[in-house]
Amino acid sequence: MSMAYPLPSGLSPATVTNTASLIRIVTLALISGAAIASRLFAVINFESIIHEFDPWFNFRATKVLASQGFYEFWNWFDPTAWYPLGRVVGGTIYPGLMATSGVIYNILHALNLPVDIRNICVLLAPGFSALTAWATYMFTKELKDESAGLLAAAFIGIAPGYISRSVAGSYDNEAIAIFLLMFTFYCWIKALKQGSAFFGMLAGVFYFYMVAAWGGYAFITNMIPLHALILILMGRFTSRLYVGYSSWYAIGTLASMQVPFVGFQPVKTSEHMAALGVFGLLQIIAFSQLVRSHLSSKQFQNLLFVAVIGTGILGSLAIVGLTYKGWIAPWTGRFYSLWDTGYAKKYIPIIASVSEHQPTAWPSFFMDLQLLMFLFPAGVFLCFKQLRDEHVFVIIYAVVGSYFAGVMVRLMLTLTPVVCVSAAVALSTLLDTYIDPVEPLVPEEAAPSASGDDSTTTSASGSKKAKKPVFGLSESTTTQSTPKLRTRPGIFGLDARLVVIFNAFGMLSFFVFHCTWVTSNAYSSPSVVLASANPDGSQHIIDDFREAYYWLRQNTPETSVVMSWWDYGYQIAGMADRPTLVDNNTWNNTHIATVGKAMSSTEEVAYPILRKHDVDYVLVIFGGLIGYSGDDINKFLWMVRIAQGVWPDEIQEPNYFTPHGEYRVDDQASTTMKNSLMYKMSYYRFAELFGGGQAMDRVRNQVMPKHGPTLDYLDEAFTSENWIVRIFQVKKEDLLGRDLKSANAFSQGKKRKRSKPTVRRRAIV
Amino acid sequence: MAKSTSSSSPAQTTVVQTLWKAYNDQTPDRLKFVDAFLFFLMLSGIVQFAYCVLVTNFPFNAFLAGFSSTVGQFVLTASLRSQVNPENKDEFNQVSPERAFADYVLGSIVLHFFVFNFLG
Repeated sequence: MSMAYPLPSGLSPATVTNTASLIRIVTLALISGAAIASRLFAVINFESIIHEFDPWFNFRATKVLASQGFYEFWNWFDPTAWYPLGRVVGGTIYPGLMATSGVIYNILHALNLPVDIRNICVLLAPGFSALTAWATYMFTKELKDESAGLLAAAFIGIAPGYISRSVAGSYDNEAIAIFLLMFTFYCWIKALKQGSAFFGMLAGVFYFYMVAAWGGYAFITNMIPLHALILILMGRFTSRLYVGYSSWYAIGTLASMQVPFVGFQPVKTSEHMAALGVFGLLQIIAFSQLVRSHLSSKQFQNLLFVAVIGTGILGSLAIVGLTYKGWIAPWTGRFYSLWDTGYAKKYIPIIASVSEHQPTAWPSFFMDLQLLMFLFPAGVFLCFKQLRDEHVFVIIYAVVGSYFAGVMVRLMLTLTPVVCVSAAVALSTLLDTYIDPVEPLVPEEAAPSASGDDSTTTSASGSKKAKKPVFGLSESTTTQSTPKLRTRPGIFGLDARLVVIFNAFGMLSFFVFHCTWVTSNAYSSPSVVLASANPDGSQHIIDDFREAYYWLRQNTPETSVVMSWWDYGYQIAGMADRPTLVDNNTWNNTHIATVGKAMSSTEEVAYPILRKHDVDYVLVIFGGLIGYSGDDINKFLWMVRIAQGVWPDEIQEPNYFTPHGEYRVDDQASTTMKNSLMYKMSYYRFAELFGGGQAMDRVRNQVMPKHGPTLDYLDEAFTSENWIVRIFQVKKEDLLGRDLKSANAFSQGKKRKRSKPTVRRRAIV
Repeated sequence: MAKSTSSSSPAQTTVVQTLWKAYNDQTPDRLKFVDAFLFFLMLSGIVQFAYCVLVTNFPFNAFLAGFSSTVGQFVLTASLRSQVNPENKDEFNQVSPERAFADYVLGSIVLHFFVFNFLG
């Protein structure tokens, strides 16, 4: 048997196994380190700060949990959110994330390590990403072998698709949910493979953790039944499937109902009915299998025919009847929007308005997964070649995950693990084939010697890679015993091996560079603090948000209500600690529409709304000065649409466009647009900033009119350094009972100069 | 289902009788014991469900807890039964009867922890 390169001889198998496992452990540790380290760009480039929007709420809730204990947290009623309604926080959140941080906090403090709760929250996501890498390793190991597992762990550790949701400071539910997802799937595969009730129970318990942590648990709720159903349809029902599925479902479902936010949904909503249906089906099949084992085949078939048809009809009738009677809630709008991508835009603008609910653009697949995207189909193909039960699972996951990732940007997150797994399978098969030192036999040689040589080389080499039959080639090795001149496919010589291996490593290192670049440039911005580059290339930090929120915190009474678009509700509550009308929880569409209406109507219409809601300050985000494109004028149409959904007679979207159908803010803007509160607040005194020169909106690239809008019912209270955040104070009713407009006109007629609150303002060129 | 050609109603009763006879003859006593427990759990579940439908489902969580405890215990016991069934030996080559019983006990404890928590 010829070898492409010599292997060390004289090593005992025990030494080889020990070394291999040591190397694996060290590699896993290094992968975990890399996974954590690449998520720390956000902390190094900026600071240890909570990112974006939702994390601010999670952080605030965690602070309550850490300082006041679990019972207070559980019963927490927050009167400052959704003013004046308030919010029952304990019953409307997934508490898994906060509970996890709370436990870590308490453990560290019990060990006399006084770590700040903020730092725990900031670093929780990177920490769990290391666990995700480990869970992915375990999962992939079940599919192929340890080397594929290590590759998968490395991929998931640095893939931008997952990093986008788990950088340090991105303290969101997804931070721990992906680990739970992968580990639940691993337990399920293990339960299925061994037929072990223990792993089924473990899957149930981790499913419970997942339910407590993320609304996306419905993905598991439907993936596992789908897998079980397809296995049944493929004629692969085994008692192992019964044991694994039943123990998972019985424990997992009961456990999931312990989360108050989920409540009775697992027995009452259509999303969960698939799991129940498959559970019932498995019971019937298992029973019929039992009956079959005691009966001769023909009698059994008669009995089975009657029984299965009968129960099938009864079961489906029952579910339809219950849905009809209203016992089982039909699918929710969020669910429909996954199938009909236009659904949300038509019926639930509030869901459609969220940027992460938009359909995914093609380039973002490459951006988030790069090389893995190309290896992904190859890996799925290799799964088809083996097609054990767990490969069927990966195939289903790949199909379902790809679909969902195409529908919604944020669901790229659920696709990423399966892409990493199958890409690892593909790549490790490639490397197995090309690193394997065994050279194929020359056709002249006699075939029978092939099998003998094969066994001697494997025992002699003892290498991990060489010991296992190569993934794609297993069939050909089995057919090899036939005494023909057919040889085992393989690679001759060292050069062919080196070319492929160098290429593979080249691509892998490009992948690493790409991931690092994407992570540091695209996904590590806290979006609370913005960065821009100075002309000399150095970093310039734009800290308007915190400036404005701290202004609110320090200069307004604690009870003053702040109105803003719902995006900023959590941040105001977290950083400014002031009551808000609406926030990112978006549970009350009418309340949000009220805010939308106030923003999009004239001052005269908006003023009574503001006064009725006790609004003291109105906060708008304006990016026109420095070109911050995520500002309120760009979100304005969604406010109009959502308000229109509730008051179709008063707010009409077409009124906000020019007669040519353009969305303009300059001279040609429509009258409705120009009179809307949002427009007035955004551009109030904007033109003055340019000292008579051309006022330019740098987001929309439009020249603003010389004379900007005037405000009669609000006073400018604060404008941040770069004008990103503007805060206006709502005037109280006039003391003499006039309406504020005439009062204003009167006072302006009397004396030319009105006293205005001094505003800190600096032109940025 | 293609072979179901000559099935008539008098044949059904004999089928059930042969089934019962075959069951009695072929099943080890241990499994019969497990089956008795399964039968009891089934009856208990039916009674609870009938109560829920006919009388009231008022403390719905309590009903769910009770019903899930019987269903959960049923499937765990059924799992144990198939794991220790000598006919399935080659299917569960990684699960010995002792391990199966340990799994069963652990699973039941976890199940009843949640049941207890949910009773309210």
